[in-house]
Amino acid sequence: MVEVKNIYKSFGDLQVLKKVNYRFKKGKTTAIIGASGSGKSTLLRCINQLEEIDDGTIIVDGKKINEYKHTALVSKVGMVFQQFNLFSNMTVLKNVTYALTKVKKINKKEAEKLALAALETVNVADKKDNYPQTLSGGEKQRVALARALVIKPEVMLFDEPTSALDPEMVNEVLDEIKKLTKTGLTNIIVTHEMGFAKEVADEVIYMDEGKIIEATNAKDFFSHPKKARTKQFLNKIL
Amino acid sequence: MENLFNYHAIKEWIPYLLKGINITLLIALIAAIFGVIIGIVLVVMTNHKITNKLAVAYIDVFRGTPLLLQLSIIYFALPQIMDRLINDYLNFNISFQIAGLTAAFITFSLNSGAYISEIIRSGINSVDKGELEAAKALGISKFHVYKDIILPIAFRNSFPSLMNEFVTLVKESSIVSIIGIQDLMRRQQIVTSQTYMYFEPLVIIGIIYYVVIKILSYVGRKVEVKLSYGRS
Repeated sequence: MVEVKNIYKSFGDLQVLKKVNYRFKKGKTTAIIGASGSGKSTLLRCINQLEEIDDGTIIVDGKKINEYKHTALVSKVGMVFQQFNLFSNMTVLKNVTYALTKVKKINKKEAEKLALAALETVNVADKKDNYPQTLSGGEKQRVALARALVIKPEVMLFDEPTSALDPEMVNEVLDEIKKLTKTGLTNIIVTHEMGFAKEVADEVIYMDEGKIIEATNAKDFFSHPKKARTKQFLNKIL
Repeated sequence: MENLFNYHAIKEWIPYLLKGINITLLIALIAAIFGVIIGIVLVVMTNHKITNKLAVAYIDVFRGTPLLLQLSIIYFALPQIMDRLINDYLNFNISFQIAGLTAAFITFSLNSGAYISEIIRSGINSVDKGELEAAKALGISKFHVYKDIILPIAFRNSFPSLMNEFVTLVKESSIVSIIGIQDLMRRQQIVTSQTYMYFEPLVIIGIIYYVVIKILSYVGRKVEVKLSYGRS
């Protein structure tokens, strides 16, 4: 579904991705783990062109991403951010309908119907007229999830979706993501929640210093890590 | 008490003093409107390599010198230098007198433009980069990002500062009295010259300024709450 081939990315003198190769399996959930600065968020952000790669190719659904019209690419690839990034001057409902009406050109009434259904699935429909500032972190992230889902993407990117949440709200968001992993969506999740990765991920990638150190199925990854650096990392955090 | 504040003697002058508020507000309003326009132009200019230096210099000069000096240059010095340049060197005979009110409009607009450009710029900078990323990740066009996200949020965030600038303009406009414009301050001077009273007309115009500014602040706060999107 998503394949990255020999990608490189630098920010000025800092090389963040060094020849990264990976094929994300269709309909599966892949967790990307690693220390801060290992390049995992950058890898994710390259897939929907929030960052442009310096070299290499990224293929989504059989086609190179630079051959897509940007709007066509993002209708296949949804994203949920660490800081929710809801539009602060729009109500919850407007946040979710906005891209439907402006990008997909769906009429307002139909868009609102779709948006309400999406809000319903993540249990925040009752907040539809609120502004984001009045919501809890967990609610904000669920709205952000609805906003990404309503586009009906085939790939969903999660950039540390629970890192900005208060501890008591982490689970309500993880529960929603967990539901998504059973819908056939291709999920790619950058996370620090090892327990969650263990539970929902089919595949796990461990990154360090801009390279993929180890990538395998979740069970083997956590029970029999092969590389010394992976073991070291897991020992430190588990 | 009667000797302290001679209401009886000032009473007949109150309507005359009150009329000064029209000029005061007119200058502030014109300066605010053109100040916003000039401010936007300056923000656009600072974003382009070629015009950046010019805009920065403009802002620097207007913020780095007193308003009274700027007004004096436009009203007194500019006609004189024009006269020397055109009439003396080229042997023309054109009158370069500038009307006081015109000079005031120009000076206050140019001056507030420099301040307002800084306000607008920081308003645009205050828009959360994450929201812009989210818009990009959803495929929203640049035009819609500006129209629906950046400008409304920048306006909301800079509204208190813009209101503050307007209040400052109302107060600062009192310096136009030195070029003879009959604003509140000038009218007080005229009343004083007619009645030999300083205290009474000063108290009256003080109250007028204060009440007008209170009303403006009140309206400003109401609008601010409207713009806060449930934030406050």
